[in-house]
Amino acid sequence: MKLFKNLLESVKPHFEKGGKLEKLYPVYDGFATFLFVPGHTAHSGAHVRDGIDLKRTMITVVLALVPALLFGMWNVGYQHYKALGETVGFWDQFLFGAIKVVPMVVVSYAVGLGIEFAFCVIKKHQINEGYLVTGMLIPLIMPVDIPLWMVALSVVFAVVLGKEVFGGTGMNILNPALTARAFAFFAYPSYMSGDKVWINTSTEAGQSVVDGYSGATALGELATTGSTSLSPMDMFIGSIPGSIGETSVIAILIGAAILLITGIGSWRIMFSALLGGVAMGLIFNWVAPYATSPEQQSFMGTPFWQHLIMGGFAFGIVFMATDPVSAAQTTRGKWIYGFLVGLLCIMIRVFNPAYPEGVMMAILFMNVMAPLIDHYVIEANIKRRKKRVQVKVKTA
Amino acid sequence: MQDIINIFVKAIFVENMIFAFFLGMCSYLAVSKKVSTGVGLGAAVIFVLGITVPINYLLENYVLKEGALSWLGPQFAEVDLSFLSFIMFIAVIASLVQLVEMIVEKFAPALYGALGIFLPLIAVNCSILGGSLFMQERNYNNIAEASAFGIGSGIGWFLAIVAIAAIREKIRYSNVPAPLRGLGITFIVTGLMGIAFMAFMGIKL
Repeated sequence: MKLFKNLLESVKPHFEKGGKLEKLYPVYDGFATFLFVPGHTAHSGAHVRDGIDLKRTMITVVLALVPALLFGMWNVGYQHYKALGETVGFWDQFLFGAIKVVPMVVVSYAVGLGIEFAFCVIKKHQINEGYLVTGMLIPLIMPVDIPLWMVALSVVFAVVLGKEVFGGTGMNILNPALTARAFAFFAYPSYMSGDKVWINTSTEAGQSVVDGYSGATALGELATTGSTSLSPMDMFIGSIPGSIGETSVIAILIGAAILLITGIGSWRIMFSALLGGVAMGLIFNWVAPYATSPEQQSFMGTPFWQHLIMGGFAFGIVFMATDPVSAAQTTRGKWIYGFLVGLLCIMIRVFNPAYPEGVMMAILFMNVMAPLIDHYVIEANIKRRKKRVQVKVKTA
Repeated sequence: MQDIINIFVKAIFVENMIFAFFLGMCSYLAVSKKVSTGVGLGAAVIFVLGITVPINYLLENYVLKEGALSWLGPQFAEVDLSFLSFIMFIAVIASLVQLVEMIVEKFAPALYGALGIFLPLIAVNCSILGGSLFMQERNYNNIAEASAFGIGSGIGWFLAIVAIAAIREKIRYSNVPAPLRGLGITFIVTGLMGIAFMAFMGIKL
């Protein structure tokens, strides 16, 4: 640590006003504050209630994502060897997954942070840590087989058009990670959906894919046949095909617990999204007998609790819907926002044949609507308070 | 009954005037700075679309279409006035917009001032004429379906302008790069909202 500190102190003069690298000061500042608490203090009285800052918030979320990431790595390997019909040890599975997943994480961070640094240097801003979470989320919501250049391109789209044009961290309207996924989804549909992309089935000499092996996700199967061969227990543990980070409900629940205990994720949004999902699931169970086709009938009849552990529902509502920037900001707005996210997610899954998974589009749609919800919550509040004032005046 | 509900829901979400067809962009971009004016113009568009589409439906089916005049007598069965449909539709729309303008001026003068030139310009709002032309192209079976389509498209347009107005009120405090301020960022936001509205694409009703 001392070594770093000395190094930073020794290069500091170059970056300060009048130094050779004055223009790159944001980069220096970014590294310095990443490693150490800045030495400057407030000049006038500060109202500090908690030492939490953007950096600590973001690092907490990254920590909360680690269980899902590690499980995802293992699951990639597990699914791969399962598809090949081979039995290998735990560490071999994990290693295979790590070889696939780590490059995606590296590419996502390198490209995203590169753009972020460039923008900060041009705009002479402090570098914000917002990308730390986005850069971790993007690989976790991609299928494992996606080429790395697609990851890079989606990151460029999300960071430039989803975030930097609005002025950077905290100003965007859509969740950047979901913007990246939506971009990849609509630009390269064959790499982002279907039965083939969720499992790495690359073979070497002497290996072959097991006959009759299906790589469909639970939702993919449900949408085509109306039933799934995967057991609820597997879905809960997460040893099923799917995007890298989304499969394991257990790992996500650990992350959710971290977010909730530290108070970083909004429990209102998570809880109301859960309520929304349950409500829509129950409605579908109720109307299932009236559906037209038998497939639709059995899809709608899927027990409502299974919807909560399938696909990306858990991952989405824990890590994406609670994004404090793009979600609703008011307390009452959060309830409405979360409830509608859950509701729409299940509705898109069942109703829309174009997408087997609904959570991405549900959250993006509600991101768009969140400012409107906030606007009307605030208006209602103003109206209520005005009324209270008038009543007081009358009695006095 | 189910058909009517389907057409209505489809017109709002799946075939949204703004995000699926990008119609009526000029007033959508110009009057979306504040939610309250957005609500006003949106309501005016709902009203105009909800009335012009059924009226034009009647015109189309009893005056303009080939053989539509046969109710006057057998000698009119051959008459085809469909080359007049643009003029007739526009005439209906323009006169209705005049009416709306008078109503708004009388009952909501503040809104009248805020909307300015864009209130009479509803007459040339592409989504209004677009509504009538879609109605012609899609051959709705009866006037109830046509009105459901008209009101639904209006509500879809209303939703779009109100949502973007709320977003623009929010990003007023964002640090948008100077060249993009104003319309530039609004176009980008519209594109991103279009991605979000893709949620409903492909729903078959």
